[in-house]
Amino acid sequence: MSQPLPPTLAELVEDFAGVQAPQRLQLLLELSDELPELPERYAGHTELLERVDECASPLFLAVEVDPQQRVRLFFEAPPEAPTTRGFAGLLHRGLDGEPAEQVLAVPDDFYMRLGLATAVSPLRLRGLAAMLARIKRNVRAQLVSGGEATG
Amino acid sequence: MPVPTDPDPKVRSYAHPDRLVSTAWLAEHLGEPGLVVAESDEDVLLYDTGHIPGSVKLDWHTDLNDPVTRDYVDGVRFAELMAERGIGRDSTVVLYGDKSNWWAAYALWVFTLFGHPDVRLLDGGRAAWIGEQRPLTRDPSSPARASYPVVARADDPIRAFREDVLAHLGMPLIDVRSPQEYSGELLHMPDYPQEGALRGGHIPGAASVPWARAAEADGRFRSVEELRAIYEGEAGLHSDDEVVVYCRIGERSSHTWFVLTHLLGYPHVRNYDGSWTEWGNAVRVPIVQGSLPQGGAGE
Repeated sequence: MSQPLPPTLAELVEDFAGVQAPQRLQLLLELSDELPELPERYAGHTELLERVDECASPLFLAVEVDPQQRVRLFFEAPPEAPTTRGFAGLLHRGLDGEPAEQVLAVPDDFYMRLGLATAVSPLRLRGLAAMLARIKRNVRAQLVSGGEATG
Repeated sequence: MPVPTDPDPKVRSYAHPDRLVSTAWLAEHLGEPGLVVAESDEDVLLYDTGHIPGSVKLDWHTDLNDPVTRDYVDGVRFAELMAERGIGRDSTVVLYGDKSNWWAAYALWVFTLFGHPDVRLLDGGRAAWIGEQRPLTRDPSSPARASYPVVARADDPIRAFREDVLAHLGMPLIDVRSPQEYSGELLHMPDYPQEGALRGGHIPGAASVPWARAAEADGRFRSVEELRAIYEGEAGLHSDDEVVVYCRIGERSSHTWFVLTHLLGYPHVRNYDGSWTEWGNAVRVPIVQGSLPQGGAGE
């Protein structure tokens, strides 16, 4: 194994890898259902959020690094796009509140370990890879600039 | 035994009324022996968030495409897929999906490659069903396994390959992508990810008729008169023309293929599923940029 994943993300990866493809879709659906709503300061303000163009359906995200250098993640994705929402839910559950350094250390290709390629097709997985890349880029930028929120 | 066709006047007004059903018809016939309802969406999880009771899921990517070669599944895999979903060769299959049946029409076209005798689209698809507050469920469907014969795919009548399109130049082509993709400004749909075309533009002579023009705002098909005005009045097609339709990977153009073949009754329409992801990457095939079929606009 390469880099250790943050513990919650590692658990999620284990959950996915430990079941058959149809159950992986069910896990993804649960994560989609559980994606929290945007907090008031972001709700209805997509101009404050970054659009992830690599996703087949509209997805917006915001990344904050708090003074303790912990990463906070916010997503918006429509219910008609449950796969995209599920990817967002996975990253939210797995990375929200984790130290910035650990988030940056997540391997870019960690999603290969989820076993989702057969369940959702490799094409659709690109959205997940793109979300992680954008999260890391935001975290890096904020560490440099001293923690100012960027959308 | 095939389930009766829909007597709805709008359905009857099209050339092949045995290929379309209304939401009211489906609500009335749901659960009837011999009928299988299948949902096919862009998003592989959408079915799981709620589907028409008893319907099965068919994913365009994981079920209908060959996992290795860029092609559709073969007769053996298709037979296995059908059997698993409880579909027999004599089943009446009603397909529905999101985005004005974009992916459902694609699935219907693949069923047609295998000559499945009775396959129909639900007019308006998922959105129309939901819009009328008709029931959805998250309960998994567990159809009894059916038996389906291994049938060889017959590509020629409705599928065009690159060589066929090269031989077809000068005859009617319909490009169903967005105007920006057609002109070459964009290499992919607005709001969608780039899927890897090196060149932008369209096939010489292709008329631009974005696929969604065939649908009303509620996702249902436009009337036969409106469709004639678009495809014959504006795009200049005639019912006995040999027509090739294309988009990016052949899914949006399946929708137009359905409109021309089954709603207007054109007997010679082929879908070029290689579409722009092949043509826009192929070496030395002719390309036209700009908003006119043979070029010139803005140059």
